[in-house]
Amino acid sequence: MNVNPLSGKGFPLRAPTWPGTVPRPPAPSRTGVDFDTDWARSPAARLARAALVDLAIRPAVQALASPIVDGRERLAVLEPPVIFAANHHSHLDTGLLLSMLPERFRRKTAVAAAADYFFDRRGKGTFHALAFGAVPMERTRVNRRSAEMAGALLADGWSLVIFPEGGRSPDGWAQDFRGGAAYLAVRSGRPVVPVYIDGTRHVWPKGRRLPRPHKVTVTFGTPISADPGEDARRLAVRIERAVAALADERATDWWTARRRAADGATPAITGPEAAPWRRAWALPPR
Amino acid sequence: MSRPGYVLEVDRSTPPVLFHHGEGFSLERLPVGSRVVYPPEPVKALPDPDAAIRRALLEPLGMDPLPAYLRPGMRLTIAFDDISLPLPPMKSPDNRQRVIEAVLDLAAAAGVDDVELIAATALHRRMTDAELKHAVGQRVFDAFAPHGLLYNHDAEDPDGMALIGHTEEGERVEINRRAATSDLLVYVNINLVAMDGGHKSVATGLAGYPSLKHHHNVRTMQHSRSFMDQHKSALHSSNWRMGRLLAREGPPIFQIETTLNNDTFPKPFDFLQRREWEWSARDRAAYLAAAAGLERIPRKAARQIFQRILSPHAMASVQAGEVEAVHAVTTENVYRSQLVPVEGQTDVLTMGLPYICPYNVNSIMNPILVMCLGLGYFFNLYRGKPLVRRGGVVILHHPTPWEFHPVHHPSYLDFFEQVLTETTDPTEIEAKFEESFATDPWYIHLYRKSYAYHGVHPFYMWYWGAHALDHLGGVIVVGGDPKAVRRMGFKPASTLRDALEMAEDVVGRDPSITHMHAPPLLMADVT
Repeated sequence: MNVNPLSGKGFPLRAPTWPGTVPRPPAPSRTGVDFDTDWARSPAARLARAALVDLAIRPAVQALASPIVDGRERLAVLEPPVIFAANHHSHLDTGLLLSMLPERFRRKTAVAAAADYFFDRRGKGTFHALAFGAVPMERTRVNRRSAEMAGALLADGWSLVIFPEGGRSPDGWAQDFRGGAAYLAVRSGRPVVPVYIDGTRHVWPKGRRLPRPHKVTVTFGTPISADPGEDARRLAVRIERAVAALADERATDWWTARRRAADGATPAITGPEAAPWRRAWALPPR
Repeated sequence: MSRPGYVLEVDRSTPPVLFHHGEGFSLERLPVGSRVVYPPEPVKALPDPDAAIRRALLEPLGMDPLPAYLRPGMRLTIAFDDISLPLPPMKSPDNRQRVIEAVLDLAAAAGVDDVELIAATALHRRMTDAELKHAVGQRVFDAFAPHGLLYNHDAEDPDGMALIGHTEEGERVEINRRAATSDLLVYVNINLVAMDGGHKSVATGLAGYPSLKHHHNVRTMQHSRSFMDQHKSALHSSNWRMGRLLAREGPPIFQIETTLNNDTFPKPFDFLQRREWEWSARDRAAYLAAAAGLERIPRKAARQIFQRILSPHAMASVQAGEVEAVHAVTTENVYRSQLVPVEGQTDVLTMGLPYICPYNVNSIMNPILVMCLGLGYFFNLYRGKPLVRRGGVVILHHPTPWEFHPVHHPSYLDFFEQVLTETTDPTEIEAKFEESFATDPWYIHLYRKSYAYHGVHPFYMWYWGAHALDHLGGVIVVGGDPKAVRRMGFKPASTLRDALEMAEDVVGRDPSITHMHAPPLLMADVT
């Protein structure tokens, strides 16, 4: 029964087995919303990310999407940090936005990414944190840790990219905007830049394994700040309307979109409330 | 919050279990269905022990604040626990240093000039200067030792003892004369186990053979169930009678008791206090390195390595004031850090005995001390019922070398050669041999002038196991020197498997087995 420690193959040369009679304590979580991304904002990691974005992501985006960027002039006098709130069709959106942001924002921008999807495994989380500056964000419920981290990032001068829909569009139409971006804007007092991304659903929509080239446009809107006393819910509605107006501007022209917005007649970005086939039918042509 | 103790039921996935084995350890596979009793994890240490000590001195239990007893011209004596506590010796600053410095600060502020410090050794060996320095700290040592004001108790000094009186049971109460004639006696304890402290501090620590023989005897030990549970301990009843007499007739006593958390082993030996299935890669590497290294070095070198271990024990509580009020709180604090509820007794109890017991600090663990540690201390670490049933078997895991420290344990060697060759029965030993060893002038000389335990001390060690010897059906020692083991009336076994088979001869087939995973110390609360 004596175990010769140096002759056997098992414990203690190998890790011990867990007695079946002992309840296992929950392992301390190091994934999901608890994934540590502080290291990804160190100077070395930022340098590595800049190289990755410039040498790999941007060329890949150019090759796949040949993006056209509108509205950059609306950011001309804007001081970082800001919150970029964009519609979300594709995994391409993050790389596209990061490589199309003006230089003074790009180097210090973090991307709020779904904790349950992008940070469910150590390796996956590490890649996203390094390549995109991703930070884990709880999307199914309000999470104090997520909110505090995002607030701290803004306070530390980091701009944030947030997709308020909470996930990629399943059918080409946008989903209802959640309140996260608006909440952060109210709390931090920083402006929100509405962004409309058009065309990435043709490049790499949800459910497709490999991307196909297609032209894409990115439209930056006029920054929105929370009015005094405005709550996050009302601001979220304003952000959604602003993105819808950008979509309208893309589909028509700036003047038409402005007039329809003034009349409250901007078409909903979420599409018609109808059967799935009719929603698909109503999508703008390629 | 630290995790409480745990009783593991061994199944097929349970990794091998650690057994201490003197200056070493081994991993043993226990049969499926065996139980392993793990000690609680260390309780939270006091964040600011010095502030806690000061608060205890200024807001004592059942007495006025210490400064109320301090005045110029008074005789103040500070007695403190000796080298037998704590185990292993703790990293500096020792609890005694912290407390004594705090008491001396108040005494200095009150203008007390006549202060003496006494190591309450009873019949233990004298502490060396280095040991005293470690216990009380350099500052105290330098201020008192050069002037002869810091010294060891001498229970055989013809002029050094004073009779206080006799208890209602006729027990003679005689303590150190300096302490007895002081205006205030402050006693500084380290309460490692529930047995320590209370009235036992002064009534035993500063006493001599004429007093100790009233409670350090076979009858008392056999009627202490256990001597770790003061309410069911004849040893404590006698000490309490003596203590109450001291409270009436003796010097005012200001008792200070401190408890430690169970943080016993420093790095790299801290794996010894983790549950095996939770061992990290570092723990396993430390175990493998230690096991491989210890296998290749002489026993003497291994002993030196282990004896140098200083425990990271931290002070978990401190309370001061009237002896009984203080000790009630202390006992609860010790229970909080060591008590483990265990349901039901066992047929076979296994123990891995470590390299140290109270009487071989900086010394050698001779066979009598192995018996005392296993059947005295560990067996008695219970409340309620013994962990092993009457007629059951205890399996000790220890090398039990036939080796004695020539300076510290001279009477032990003679006890081993002259007494145990004739009988191992404690009652017979007591009647036939105790008196001659206790009064032997050579042993007394070595106790007073050298660093020897008193001539009667090995008897007490044997009596310490009297309850277990009376209770058990057999004792088996795994990995021990067969001759030494047989000399003590026990059975030697080469492996745990052999020992368990041998135990079946006594307790029957398929016995229930329980392993006591100590140290760190635990006390089984058996229902």
